[in-house]
Amino acid sequence: MSDTRLAVAKTYKLYIGGKFPRSESGRSYPVTDTRGRFLANVAHASRKDLRDAVVAARKAFAGWSGATAYNRGQVLFRVAEVMEGRRDQFVAEVRAAEGVQPRRAEALVDAAIDRWVYYAGWTDKLSAVLGAANPVAGPYFSFTVPEPTGVVGVFAPQKSSLLGLVSVVAPVLATGCTAVVVTSAERPLPAVTLSEVLATSDVPGGVVNVLTGRAEELAPWMASHADVNALDLTGVEPSARAELERAAADTVKRLVRAPRQEPDWTATPGLERLRPYLEEKTVWHPMGV
Amino acid sequence: MALFDYAPAPENRDIANLKPHYRPFINGEFVDGNGEPLKTINPATGEVLAEVSTVDTTDIDRAVQAARNAYEKVWRRMPGSERAKYLFRLARLIQERARELAVLETLDNGKPIKESRDVDIPTAAAHFFYHAGWADKLSYAGYGPDPQPLGVAGQVIPWNFPLLMLAWKIAPALACGNTVVLKPAETTPLTALVFGELCQQAGLPPGVVNIVPGAGDVGAALVSHQGIDKVAFTGSTEVGKIIQRQLAGSGKKMTMELGGKAANIVFDDAPLDQAVEGIVNGIFFNQGHVCCAGSRLLVQESIAEELLEKLRYRVSTLRIGDPLDKNTDVGAINSAEQLAKIRELVASGEAEGAERWTSPCPLPEKGFFFAPTVFSGVHPSMRIAREEIFGPVLSVMTFRTPQEAVTKANNTPYGLSAGIWTEKGSRILWMTAQLRAGVVWANTFNRFDPTAPFGGYKESGFGREGGRAGLEAYLDV
Repeated sequence: MSDTRLAVAKTYKLYIGGKFPRSESGRSYPVTDTRGRFLANVAHASRKDLRDAVVAARKAFAGWSGATAYNRGQVLFRVAEVMEGRRDQFVAEVRAAEGVQPRRAEALVDAAIDRWVYYAGWTDKLSAVLGAANPVAGPYFSFTVPEPTGVVGVFAPQKSSLLGLVSVVAPVLATGCTAVVVTSAERPLPAVTLSEVLATSDVPGGVVNVLTGRAEELAPWMASHADVNALDLTGVEPSARAELERAAADTVKRLVRAPRQEPDWTATPGLERLRPYLEEKTVWHPMGV
Repeated sequence: MALFDYAPAPENRDIANLKPHYRPFINGEFVDGNGEPLKTINPATGEVLAEVSTVDTTDIDRAVQAARNAYEKVWRRMPGSERAKYLFRLARLIQERARELAVLETLDNGKPIKESRDVDIPTAAAHFFYHAGWADKLSYAGYGPDPQPLGVAGQVIPWNFPLLMLAWKIAPALACGNTVVLKPAETTPLTALVFGELCQQAGLPPGVVNIVPGAGDVGAALVSHQGIDKVAFTGSTEVGKIIQRQLAGSGKKMTMELGGKAANIVFDDAPLDQAVEGIVNGIFFNQGHVCCAGSRLLVQESIAEELLEKLRYRVSTLRIGDPLDKNTDVGAINSAEQLAKIRELVASGEAEGAERWTSPCPLPEKGFFFAPTVFSGVHPSMRIAREEIFGPVLSVMTFRTPQEAVTKANNTPYGLSAGIWTEKGSRILWMTAQLRAGVVWANTFNRFDPTAPFGGYKESGFGREGGRAGLEAYLDV
């Protein structure tokens, strides 16, 4: 093999409905590393791309929410397995995106992989932990079960390109919801590679849809979209959130209490990012002979 | 089947211990409010029951400050086991004065005495009793080892179950260590103000509970007040959206229990007589002033005619009239405004071509009454199939397959409740999973219990009331 072989550069595209289209708008924008060196041109998602993604997420909802918790857990674990196989690629991309040292990048990628494992284990525990048999004062059997709320619009953190992204997306999937994710604008490449992992990890097409682009451009359309049930504004500037929350009120969206500053994503999560995506359904039936 | 005539059996209205004037309850005392006084009327007769002093923004400031002081200095510091005993006291006080509260509720609201006596008041007491026990056991509720309260809660409740909605709001808030400022509905403030007396009798520290009567402007001022940490609202989806917009960007925790347009689904194998009772209960309980009312009846096509015939006969036997009469099944519509809204929507149903049947029952000459009405031949696009009527009006549609029933039932922005009638257990469980609604009643309808979480999907709101899940609304988690 010649030393002068030219590497094959990847075209970074959107991930919608299990496919990798370019933006319908034809737009792209250059992405650099933290020192300003060119990395790639990525698709610059448009309002139409977002709407296509919501349609794909809605279409995938019945199947994903209807899958057994055991199945969803295995699929999430599979994501971790496939990520592990691409560990070196993720480390390189996180280094380039975040400008961190190799050891730090490795730690972030390892934590991201482990986070999938963490949430994989939640899928079949949620009903036991959050549900209940209700001791009602009458001859009825009453029980309460958590159910996924539907399609979730996620604005991923702007700084933490992989661990932060996985930390906000994996819990959505663990609950049985489907997601439309807008990535970090300046650091989108690990997200595109994660899309490729999702596409080859038995995650059904449409369950996660990944849009690279500008949160401030796409957020108003996500917030006002009538077929989006919940909204995570983590990646949106705090000063822009009030207006988006106002728009979300028109369809009574569930809002995640997004931290004003990006949190330390390495901290072990709990139920905080699972509960907002779950509805509690209470069922009653009479008892008698 | 012959109908028996019942002799009148009115409850004694003197039991209500009605007073000519009622005043806001702020910082443990009844005080004169600076708002325009309102007259609350008996919707069954139109007579003025009492004059109620209302609050203005300065009074709201005082109430919020009182709640803040009580929160910082007393309530949040009190051991849960002590808070619990106050809540147990309130539960007992409601039980002790249950008859008085029931008659007062019926006078002010227009609901049949048998409902206020057997449902509203006992369930309100049960809510305090249930939540009392949580106050010192919050670390077992699944929100971490030491979950903290939020602070001062601003709460706005509707007129359909006045004291019961107060209990749904105040009991969990206090159990979790919060203090409250609650606004009762403009047309039904009386039992909430008597609850202020119960707080005094319980020796509840001043400021833990504040009751501020008034109209919608008072509610708007309360929920947007800078001094509160949490908003809980039960009412229409329209107002819920306004509040959500007002609070956008505030970071304040909200719970919303909003409107509904529940499907009550009857399959061909359902026990029809039981189903008819459930349908009647689903839509005519409390004059249909129920956010989770089964207002859309979906009947499998093959039994539609038979069921409708039975239903019309049964509805024609309902007694409409004096709410204080113990035999009354359907009482008065709560206000002239609500009656006008019901009439307007019923007129739209006729204009859009649905077939109207109305019970031939006699109606009282005075007061606000509307005879139970069933529309058949309803299409999903009609307003009576889409909009919440909040009255004794049922819209009937048909379906052929379970999948069609699910599609039609879910074809609404609302998602509060649903009903299923079938003898087939596997179908009940399948349907239950398919229906996008927070409460599903199978072979029953309109059951409520403090241990069973209640609340909506979609535009019917978010957050739950009751059960372990309901505590989340009042904890900083």
